[in-house]
Amino acid sequence: MAASTTLKHRDVRDQPGFGTMACICLIVLYAPILILMIWSLNSGSIVTHWEGVSLAWYGVALQNEEFHSAARNTLIISVSATFFSTVMATMAAIGMTRVKPWRGLGTSFMVINLPLMVPEIITAVATLSFFALLAGQLNLNFGIGNIIIAHTVFCIPFAYMPIRARLEDMDLTLENAAADLYATPWQAFRRVTFPLLVPGILSGMALAFIVSFDDFTITQLIAGPGQTTLPLYIWNQIRRPMTPEINAISTLLLLVSILFVSVSFLIARRRK
Amino acid sequence: MASAANPIEAVQMRRNRWLSLPAVLFIAAFGIGPLILMLIYSFLKAAPYGGVEWSFTTDAYVYFLFQRDIFDDTLQFAPDFLIIYLRSFVFALITTAVCLLLGFPTAYFMATRPPAQRNWWVLLITIPFWSNLLVRTLAIMFIIRDQGLLNGFLIWIGIIDTPITLLYTDFAIVIGLLYSYLPFMVLPLYSSLEKFDFRLVEAGFDLYATRRQVLWRIIIPLARPGIIAGCLLVFIPALGAYVTPLILGGGKHLMIGDLIAQQFGSGRNWPLGSAQAFILMAAVLVALLFYVRNTSGKVQHGR
Amino acid sequence: MASGQTAIAAKGVSKLFQGAGQDTVVALDKVSVAIRENEFFTLLGPSGCGKTTLLRLIAGFDFPTEGEILLHGQDIAPLPPYRRPVNTVFQSYALFPHMSVAQNIAFGLEMLGKSRAETQARVSAMLKLVRMEELRDRRTSQISGGQQQRVALARALAPAPKVLLLDEPLSALDYKLRKDMQIELKRLQHETGITFIFVTHDQEEALTMSDRIAVMNRGRILQVGSPRDIYDRPSERFVANFIGETNFLDGEVTGVSGAEARVKLADGAVISAGLPEGLAPAGRVSIVVRPEHARLVPPGAPADLAGRLETAVYFGTDTHYHVRLDGGGAFTVRTQNSRGGGAGFAEGEPVGIVLEPSAAQVLRD
Repeated sequence: MAASTTLKHRDVRDQPGFGTMACICLIVLYAPILILMIWSLNSGSIVTHWEGVSLAWYGVALQNEEFHSAARNTLIISVSATFFSTVMATMAAIGMTRVKPWRGLGTSFMVINLPLMVPEIITAVATLSFFALLAGQLNLNFGIGNIIIAHTVFCIPFAYMPIRARLEDMDLTLENAAADLYATPWQAFRRVTFPLLVPGILSGMALAFIVSFDDFTITQLIAGPGQTTLPLYIWNQIRRPMTPEINAISTLLLLVSILFVSVSFLIARRRK
Repeated sequence: MASAANPIEAVQMRRNRWLSLPAVLFIAAFGIGPLILMLIYSFLKAAPYGGVEWSFTTDAYVYFLFQRDIFDDTLQFAPDFLIIYLRSFVFALITTAVCLLLGFPTAYFMATRPPAQRNWWVLLITIPFWSNLLVRTLAIMFIIRDQGLLNGFLIWIGIIDTPITLLYTDFAIVIGLLYSYLPFMVLPLYSSLEKFDFRLVEAGFDLYATRRQVLWRIIIPLARPGIIAGCLLVFIPALGAYVTPLILGGGKHLMIGDLIAQQFGSGRNWPLGSAQAFILMAAVLVALLFYVRNTSGKVQHGR
Repeated sequence: MASGQTAIAAKGVSKLFQGAGQDTVVALDKVSVAIRENEFFTLLGPSGCGKTTLLRLIAGFDFPTEGEILLHGQDIAPLPPYRRPVNTVFQSYALFPHMSVAQNIAFGLEMLGKSRAETQARVSAMLKLVRMEELRDRRTSQISGGQQQRVALARALAPAPKVLLLDEPLSALDYKLRKDMQIELKRLQHETGITFIFVTHDQEEALTMSDRIAVMNRGRILQVGSPRDIYDRPSERFVANFIGETNFLDGEVTGVSGAEARVKLADGAVISAGLPEGLAPAGRVSIVVRPEHARLVPPGAPADLAGRLETAVYFGTDTHYHVRLDGGGAFTVRTQNSRGGGAGFAEGEPVGIVLEPSAAQVLRD
């Protein structure tokens, strides 16, 4: 029979054509990014005309004063948001896995994951209204702190996920064993739970950092003058006549994302 | 009660619950607080230069569907906003369908690779998942513009002689959405297929099913929770998309996200924007409820 | 061997768990037991019998719903695990994956605030005790299952606990290694002189290693005794059934003298059977006879029971004869094979069964 001959040559799980589809998927996902990156090496000054390979536009981008200030703002915001969100997410993950179940547990979990479910544009306009009210009624304006607060809110669930996963994977008998060997709860945490949790925390930090670093929608709506971040800087560039400089900056942003995703991924994988 | 725990440990385990308080309070104050504020705003009067006046009115919701005639002050049905919502809905639906069509075979292919290879596939899909959306959208724009690579290529091989306008069209928006959210489909599908017990496939073959029958009768029904999760993860952000239509639609071809942002910007009608946001939020909640109803307690593992 | 002093005791200990829904599960039901100093004591029973729960109560990972846990006469039930001079070898070993072998062993000593020099000396002594000196600085993920087992033992013994608890520690090892570790454990117990409380569901393991065994079922301790007591003189049907193969016979008590009863069997034969402590039976009773405590005789020879041989199954070292009794019921006789022996009993032929003196034992139920 024809069917049995094909079975002999292929894994029973194979479905014809699925491999091709997977390759198409990869091409669809990577071709635009790669093209963008390749064109960032164009030496000409017109975006659409290839003249030769050079790093000239990276030089132009890196010497640009506006780029410097955007990069500075971005770093201040993402590092702060990463720090605050990771600290809170770590505490919450411990507080929600190493606890006697109580009535508020389900609600807490929903609250922490809420920022993932609300469309970003809604979060953006809601946060805008909120800060406008604070500024208008209470004369409260934290400047760049506004952006840090908004970023921290949606970074918490991203930092929370890998930390919680790590805590849930952890064998509880290890903590029992520590207690059995005369470690007080605090000693057990410091000597056993925390060291084993570090990869989860690093992974969470990396994710929180990327999410904050890349954010455009929320930042665009709430950023005041002088609070331009790198994604906002790119947006401002798009609206002018485009030069390959924008490709160079975009490539740098992509490389940062790729670096952090890979690091987070490898940390998470290495646990086995 | 039934299990009397040790007093010391019980206190310890109960005390831990306070650790989640900072995160919960922070999100409640700066995440939920603004949402509640917006709900309030949607029932207030718009101030002439942005912001609100503190007097109650349902105007925002009325104006969502109607327009007040300037002369005789009567309400007339004005479907402009409704059309934008329907457009967004259709775009999101098309995006979800095409993503599923491309994403399912990909996820299945990944799940059937040897474990060492699988990790690399997951990394390859994860990278675009976390990459800057603005930059990725920009890359699409770069390719499909009039002087872009796609038109250049088509002219070069002689199919066309003048560039076709792709940028700032509905087509561009859907392509952009598709490109943005494809990884959101693949990853949940993969995680559900990865747990799939492939001995069931062998059992299917043993009972005379063909490859396609195995796919439709065994694999797809059991992968349903993953399929629904993937569709939702694409549909919800696609419905509320902001960046994609902003860049690829060029401001003329609106989706809900841009409409809302517009009310808070040049439109200067915050209550209307808030109302529009809440109508979008309601649509999202309906989708989430659909998800909860379809995944809780039903087919999860082989019966 | 056991010196007689009580090391640890449970007094009327019950443990209830909240089960699914509203019903509570009784994991331990008013258990009382006294474990002696320097004893190798085994809790034996099927899974879910409460043996691990009792161990966890002694370790302090759970707390009794009622009752007391006494260590040298002092109630330790309210103490958290880190205040109890009791250490555990976990079923999964629970070695800290981020520490070396030596760091694992040193952990308990450090927590007790021992000096660095003392800790190092003790770690070295422990490594020597379990013969692992050369693996001192290895990561715990880089050593084999048997070696992990030794590290877990060394780690638990290092703080010199009053009592060592072992929760099915050999269950993850393969057969050969398990046999080696059984001998190793006995050696360690002798050398350290620490009371060992060992939990297992493996009857053979329990019989070969223990000074005394407590057989548990459904949250209760059914019988406590030496391996020989438990095997030869089971007092309850469950104990007889759980440990080894057994024949059950029905009979009627015709008279009692001391610890022996005269029992009339169904087909009229009268035998003498041992009585469990404190039992004065009358009327119908069940008695047990181990298959190797009976032998077959040709028909016509004087016998306690008569029947027909159904099957004879050859097992290498011995042969099992399954006999259908004339008075109803089945009986298995196990006979050791000897070279050239094997007086041929043919399947389907009538046979007689002779019980060895004091082979039979009356059950409590």
